Amino acid sequence: MQHISKSFKKVTAVNDVSFEVKEGELFGLIGPDGAGKTTIFRILTTLLFADKGTATVAGFDVVDDYKEIRNNVGYMPGKFSLYQDLTVEENLDFFATIFGTTIEENYELIKDIYVQIEPFKKRRAGALSGGMKQKLALSCALIHKPKVLFLDEPTTGVDPVSRKEFWEMLKRLQQKGITILVSTPYMDEAELCDRIALIQHGKILQIDTPQEIIKHYPKKIYDVRADNMYRLIESLKSFEHHYSVYPFGEFVHYTDKRDDFNPQELQQYLATKNHQNIKIEITKTTIEDTFMELAK
Amino acid sequence: MKNNNVIEVENLTKKFGNFTAVNSITFEVKKGEIFGFLGANGAGKTTAMKMLIGISKPTSGKAQVAGFDVFTHPEDIKKNIGYMSQKFALYDDLTVKENITFFGGIYGLSRAKIKEKRNELVEELGLQDIVNELVGSLPLGWKQKISFSIALLHSPTIVFLDEPTGGVDPITRRQFWEMIYKAANNGTTVFVTTHYMDEAEYCDRVSIMVDGKIEALDTPKKLKEKYNADNMNDVFLKLARG
Repeated sequence: MQHISKSFKKVTAVNDVSFEVKEGELFGLIGPDGAGKTTIFRILTTLLFADKGTATVAGFDVVDDYKEIRNNVGYMPGKFSLYQDLTVEENLDFFATIFGTTIEENYELIKDIYVQIEPFKKRRAGALSGGMKQKLALSCALIHKPKVLFLDEPTTGVDPVSRKEFWEMLKRLQQKGITILVSTPYMDEAELCDRIALIQHGKILQIDTPQEIIKHYPKKIYDVRADNMYRLIESLKSFEHHYSVYPFGEFVHYTDKRDDFNPQELQQYLATKNHQNIKIEITKTTIEDTFMELAK
Repeated sequence: MKNNNVIEVENLTKKFGNFTAVNSITFEVKKGEIFGFLGANGAGKTTAMKMLIGISKPTSGKAQVAGFDVFTHPEDIKKNIGYMSQKFALYDDLTVKENITFFGGIYGLSRAKIKEKRNELVEELGLQDIVNELVGSLPLGWKQKISFSIALLHSPTIVFLDEPTGGVDPITRRQFWEMIYKAANNGTTVFVTTHYMDEAEYCDRVSIMVDGKIEALDTPKKLKEKYNADNMNDVFLKLARG
């Protein structure tokens, strides 16, 4: 993908974005709603023309060779877009037929996922639970054995257990040689990708392996906690040397403007503000910390 | 209600035909508490919440919300609670100002009161530059912050938030939680569902629903101790995976 831009009326959805994904890679586009993830996916799957720039997928140009691309990619949109009034089996059969193949021919590829919904194969797709719909959509996107799989926010609104299972499925698909592009607003999923692009407002903030991205974070982060979290956040924000203060689970992530910061000093300051059970410890940087720093 | 409880639920059950979506749940929520209502997709959270906000009649059991019975006074419940979900947004083709005025009217506030509340809100959220913009043109994070403020417009005893931060960027997500802390600090009770387990840690107490039942209910700290887990994500995985 080279210098791709796309605008809708006044809104620039994608702004001069370039990146490449290697064969067999699990690549993540990480960013919030409205970052431009879906637009990028729609351009790469030939469903939308870019205003500027060029892109190829599996060696084919997204404009000139759109038919080849469509035969070589699987696309699972963010919104459930199968036929609600066809059964599970009919949907799968439909997609297989469209791509000139059969369920039997590529059954091996989807088996792992499809067995979980096979007991309900006579049920209409519209009557499935969220998790089952997702598994059916993934089976349909895979039935023609694509080289590249595009998954647009497959885990949005999905509970942590199902999210974990979904990522285990993705890893197994990757082992079968499929290149996977996945988008997600969940920063904790970034660490499961080989490489990631952090994206916001149509711009890529950084591209690298999750480990490298974390390594480039410029500051030391401290976990701070005390009994009253709301008051703790207020106090930290009024500490004159604070650089950033973000609630992070049971802790607040604190960074200081100075390089020679001494946690003891902060401890004393919080004590004068009458905080109880104060604890300050250096902690590991996460992708989410990095994203917030870059997005500032 | 006893002991300042804003929600009191006893053996609350909802059946759809043969299917028991909510299976005899019992819990209470105290005034000013931030209560996290967690569970896997399909565990029965939404059904339970619908009963609590007075739009779905329970099959059996008892429940009182803001002092009113869900069986006999659902209309009084609706007047005394705030509600916001990820899906129910504001009117995209009205401006921020018009949305505030409209919902103020719906909640039965006087014109003077609406004006006062609107000015407060504009000041507090720093909306000066966008107050006359159409809501549809705003980023999701802004919409959610404004929705939350509008859900608090009529100073409800309790506000129900159904996945308020889904898809919202990490910085705005945190600003949103600071608004929740603030509301709770002012005495508003907050009942919130989320799939972000770091957000579960921000709650005073958390319940976890599995297959229609409340399997665990305690402070995040005690839940982690009980399930010998490092964080709420592990607690959730241990419970919901069974």
